[in-house]
Amino acid sequence: MRPETEAELAAIIRGATAPLSPVGGGTRLRPGEGQGARLSTAGLRGITLYEPAAMTLVARAGTPLAEVQAALAAEGQRLAFEPDEAEGSTIGGVIAANASGPRRVKDGAARDSLIGVRFVDGSGAVIANGGRVMKNVTGYDLVKLMAGSRGTLGVLTEVSLKTQPVSPASATLTLAGLAADRSVAAMTAALTGPWDVSGAGRLPSGETVLRLEGLAGSVAIRAESLAARLAVFGPVETTEGDAAFADLRQIGRDMAAAAGPGRAVWRIVCRPSQAAALVAQLPGPTALDWGGALIWAETPAEWVPDLPPGAIAARVHGGPGLSLPPMAPALAALNDGVRGRFDPRGILAGAG
Amino acid sequence: MQMPTPDAAILARRAAIVARLRAVIGAGDVIDDPVEARAYECDALSAYRCPPLAVALPTTTAEVAAVLRVCHEERVPVVPRGAGTSLAGGSMPTADAVVLGLARMNAVLEVDYGDRLIRVQAGRTNLSVSGAVDEAGFFYAPDPSSQLACAIGGNIGMNSGGAHCLKYGVTTNNLLGVTVVLMDGAVVELGGPMGEAPGLDLLGVVCGAEGQLGVVTEAVLRILPKPAGARPVLIGFDSSETAGACVAAIIRAGILPVAIEFMDRPCITATENFAAPGYPDCEALLIVEVEGTPPEIDEQLALIRALAQGFSPVEFRESRSEEESRRIWLGRKSAFGAMGQMGDYMCLDGTIPVSALPQVLGRIAEMSEEAGLLVANVFHAGDGNMHPLILFDANRPGDLERVEALGADILRLCVEVGGCLTGEHGVGVEKRDLMGAQFSDADMEAQMRVKDVFDPHWLLNAAKVFPLHVSASRREARRNAA
Ligand SMILES: Cc1cc2nc3c(=O)[nH]c(=O)nc-3n(C[C@H](O)[C@H](O)[C@H](O)COP(=O)(O)OP(=O)(O)OC[C@H]3O[C@@H](n4cnc5c(N)ncnc54)[C@H](O)[C@@H]3O)c2cc1C
Repeated sequence: MRPETEAELAAIIRGATAPLSPVGGGTRLRPGEGQGARLSTAGLRGITLYEPAAMTLVARAGTPLAEVQAALAAEGQRLAFEPDEAEGSTIGGVIAANASGPRRVKDGAARDSLIGVRFVDGSGAVIANGGRVMKNVTGYDLVKLMAGSRGTLGVLTEVSLKTQPVSPASATLTLAGLAADRSVAAMTAALTGPWDVSGAGRLPSGETVLRLEGLAGSVAIRAESLAARLAVFGPVETTEGDAAFADLRQIGRDMAAAAGPGRAVWRIVCRPSQAAALVAQLPGPTALDWGGALIWAETPAEWVPDLPPGAIAARVHGGPGLSLPPMAPALAALNDGVRGRFDPRGILAGAG
Repeated sequence: MQMPTPDAAILARRAAIVARLRAVIGAGDVIDDPVEARAYECDALSAYRCPPLAVALPTTTAEVAAVLRVCHEERVPVVPRGAGTSLAGGSMPTADAVVLGLARMNAVLEVDYGDRLIRVQAGRTNLSVSGAVDEAGFFYAPDPSSQLACAIGGNIGMNSGGAHCLKYGVTTNNLLGVTVVLMDGAVVELGGPMGEAPGLDLLGVVCGAEGQLGVVTEAVLRILPKPAGARPVLIGFDSSETAGACVAAIIRAGILPVAIEFMDRPCITATENFAAPGYPDCEALLIVEVEGTPPEIDEQLALIRALAQGFSPVEFRESRSEEESRRIWLGRKSAFGAMGQMGDYMCLDGTIPVSALPQVLGRIAEMSEEAGLLVANVFHAGDGNMHPLILFDANRPGDLERVEALGADILRLCVEVGGCLTGEHGVGVEKRDLMGAQFSDADMEAQMRVKDVFDPHWLLNAAKVFPLHVSASRREARRNAA
């Protein structure tokens, strides 16, 4: 099914009698998702409003991410949260997955750039929340609720985003060969000082990379001062640009693509101070992002991490989907309750 | 302001309810003396007041849960309260409600600089969160002007912003987790590392729910290293519209200052008379603040200066010292106090797209003239969050009604140009009846369904946010069942 308008989409949902699986480009489905009849948003396409001077862009959910990015680039702007992407990714899918890249340490996740949504809930009602302004506390924030809800509450039809000017300059500081604990220590030193670091990660190659962005003079000053601070960890190489972060942004995807049969990919979110011990426990290649708060790990398919308090993990590729730890009963009741209210007939049960 | 008639059955059981509360949290932590309870009859929207049934001041999450369990069993409405600085009537009680005040819960529970977070009890004041990490060189970014008084729980309730949110975001962008007690006494942890949790982003919806979903008792907040330095410039203009256009130009150019604040002539005059900051004689001014080391600041200010020249500023005043910076901010920081000196005022809070600033400022000036009421503007211009202040005399019969009518018209204008009714103060009772200007019935229904899940009997702060007729069937279901 591929509705061309929001009204058509609503009619399909109202008339549905069996579970549907909303998909954008189908580039972010996790194990177990997408089992119902596919309901594609690809027909809901196009940027409906872009005001660079107000830093806002509104697009229909099925608009290709690439189209959004091209429109932004033409005006010297970008999405602050730099989502990972694949051929066919849509902006609606990005939001439904709350897909957020390295710049999250500084400028937040997709949900933090999302300022408005329209969606059709499981009963077929069209609902709007938020709008196209950056500060808005009118009524409940269903915008945040929809970000990352993976199609379980409704099918997004339109999203409004706060955009960001592209930085005139950027630099990457690289430290080679640091063990995970030293790498996290270096990233923590960088993130707890006045350098305005906009990316901090450790690639599977073992390189620790830190990104600075801003006006050219400022980037140069900060790069020098941060390199001096990090010298205690080893030799620091400073390069112009941020190519390493294009890799880091795609790392979960690349790991999944490279994982052979019998292998899985885990996405673990923890406190940076817990990262090194987790990495030591992981039986395969790993990458760190968000200063150590995000770990990507390739593991044997049956392997399950032993999580420290507060950390969360999801098997995002290979093997059956699994999310850890199990939700506390009261929290699960709230999740189920909200799902039940937005999708009383379980029509979106084919979603996440 | 219409409020539901208090439930007579609850009023009749007052003594028994108070006794039950005293049994669970200690006699001294329950106020039922009508004179003492007066202190809780309103918030900063002081035109509206109503003494509560009783006030409970618990000291732990377990006590909050115990109070809520009693109120849940008794089907008594509860109004969560931080410091009571809401400008929307968010913490104003009803006569049949227990005010649940968090003021005694103000401890710092954990600070972790490496992980860049602090865990506090929700009654702690905003400024004292930054205070707790200041010596180590950190701060908590959302800085409402009321930060000396307002509590983190209230900030979460309203998703409050501040002068520096252009760069750092508002409360929701700096909140990693909460402990929240539901109306039935269940204690739930929301959020997680990076604010992320498996399942739905319920943290995101509790933040800004105006105390209608649960009582926040603890919060994990992102703390940030302090910038190397900061410096403001003051730019004066010969019209509000030009100042508005300059804001749009700065944003468009991709310079991201930490703050762009706007003041117009009435506001400049008032602050000049009140605090004498030595502002230039002009129709409107901007205070633009940038951060970094001195050379970084110079680099940004040079760009801003070049841009501002295109708008023929009457003055471009760069601070050269701490003292000059202080003076530039002095007028802005004392603006509300200064307006208060001139009489009563109603503070609006609509947000508009930044690109609509010149048009909306022009239109507000016309509306002010037509209504014969003085409107002063002082606000966070960088993000389009306007604060038109309508001046009036509360003692003059009919003035409040005229002011409210003008206020409603201005807010409708904000919605019309693509904005919203409230950017940071919340809906409360003040904007409750305007919600229909921004939301369809289906939009509001979707929001209320979330409350149905968290608070099925609609006991928590229930007569707020949604127009009374819209929430009536849900609120009355409880009474009819009782
Ligand atoms: C002079 C002045 C300047 C102001 N400046 C700003 C500003 O710059 N930016 C801004 O955003 N606001 C501003 N405000 C408004 C106000 O200070 C904020 O809304 C603030 O966050 C309220 O905090 P509080 O502790 O006083 O909350 P209260 O007024 O006590 O409560 C606010 C709301 O939150 C709920 N609530 C309180 N505590 C809890 C809790 N623990 N759990 C769940 N819900 C709770 C209440 O029920 C109510 O709905 C200003 C107010 C004044 C008087």
